[in-house]
Amino acid sequence: MAIFSVYVVNKAGGLIYQLDHHAPRADTEKTFSFPLDLVLRPHDERVVVAFGQRDGIRVGHAVLAINGAEVNGRFTADGKDVLEFLGNPANYPVSIRFGRHRLSSNEKLMLASMFHSLFAIGSQLSPEIGSSGIEMLETDTFKLHCFQTLTGIKFVVLADPRQAGIDALLRKIYEIYSDYALKNPFYSLEMPIRCELFDQNLKLALEVAEKAGPFGPGS
Amino acid sequence: MSRQAGRGTESKKMNSELFTLTYGALVTQLCKDYENDEDVNKQLDKMGYNIGVRLIEDFLARSNVGRCHDFRETADVIAKTAFKMYLGITPSITNWSPGGDEFSLILENNPLVDFVELPDNHSSLIYSNLLCGVLRGALEMVQMAVDVKFVQDTLKGDSVTEIRMKFIRRIEDNLPAGEE
Repeated sequence: MAIFSVYVVNKAGGLIYQLDHHAPRADTEKTFSFPLDLVLRPHDERVVVAFGQRDGIRVGHAVLAINGAEVNGRFTADGKDVLEFLGNPANYPVSIRFGRHRLSSNEKLMLASMFHSLFAIGSQLSPEIGSSGIEMLETDTFKLHCFQTLTGIKFVVLADPRQAGIDALLRKIYEIYSDYALKNPFYSLEMPIRCELFDQNLKLALEVAEKAGPFGPGS
Repeated sequence: MSRQAGRGTESKKMNSELFTLTYGALVTQLCKDYENDEDVNKQLDKMGYNIGVRLIEDFLARSNVGRCHDFRETADVIAKTAFKMYLGITPSITNWSPGGDEFSLILENNPLVDFVELPDNHSSLIYSNLLCGVLRGALEMVQMAVDVKFVQDTLKGDSVTEIRMKFIRRIEDNLPAGEE
């Protein structure tokens, strides 16, 4: 049972807090000899696998590290272009780590704003008046739960679909926010939350919720 | 409640006299800093406002009340739940205006003014003006613009303390989704 991440969005749709609690990483590291039997191509700021899925390396996975050193977008740790590096037979055998890329903080900001807008659309689409916005979004690998307070702050939790007790967790996160963020006089409202105590208590609450298992607390 | 469990088993009751002393020290220091009563009143209101915008989230997180649909509900929640939770008193609600947009909160005793006497040179000081700021700030965060003022004050010789609250308008900008 896992809670993957927590996002807190302010009234204007800006992301003010984000925590990745448990990221199911499926990285694969393999040693290759020339020529590479995977087809790689550049995509945005990364080098991704276009063709040649095998052994846990899937299409869409990005190059995360070469010979143990993490790549920096399309360049290796020492500044060489990845595709050039991998096209040169002198550099082989080489060990490459593939995996699903982590979202950068800019991407998370954009996704949070997009969710804020979708949340509003949810309430507008409703055939009844006075409907709430999107409360839950379900996919085959995770469920997104959202709770909007009367003051417009949204708490979003992404969790395993079988995880129970997320409603109570969202209320608990609201309490932790009202305690450790708001009662800190040096924290300004609507700004990114950088409070140690908030982090610590939130992680504790997530652990308690995860231990509770698929049938709620006490299982 | 889960909140008590998170705080440990020892009760977190603080001496209310320390609270009265702290508030008193605050007001007297403001009087020294600002010299005239009007400025002190304004500062107290500002400070109260900053407290109110944060206190509302704590109130909503703990009390689980839903959105109020009219000013009467709001008055009830403020008097019976909020004042009880934070100051331990339950003021009574009276003097509704004919339009239902103004009412008075009557406080028999005000915990902020235990042991306080206003001297003659501070006759226009509104000692508990912080409370007005708190109410104004808190309601603004739930999209209600209100005007709050003291009309009677036991410190000035009246028999009770009376706070008058007037609903001005609903704040329409930045409404949370689903509240139209």
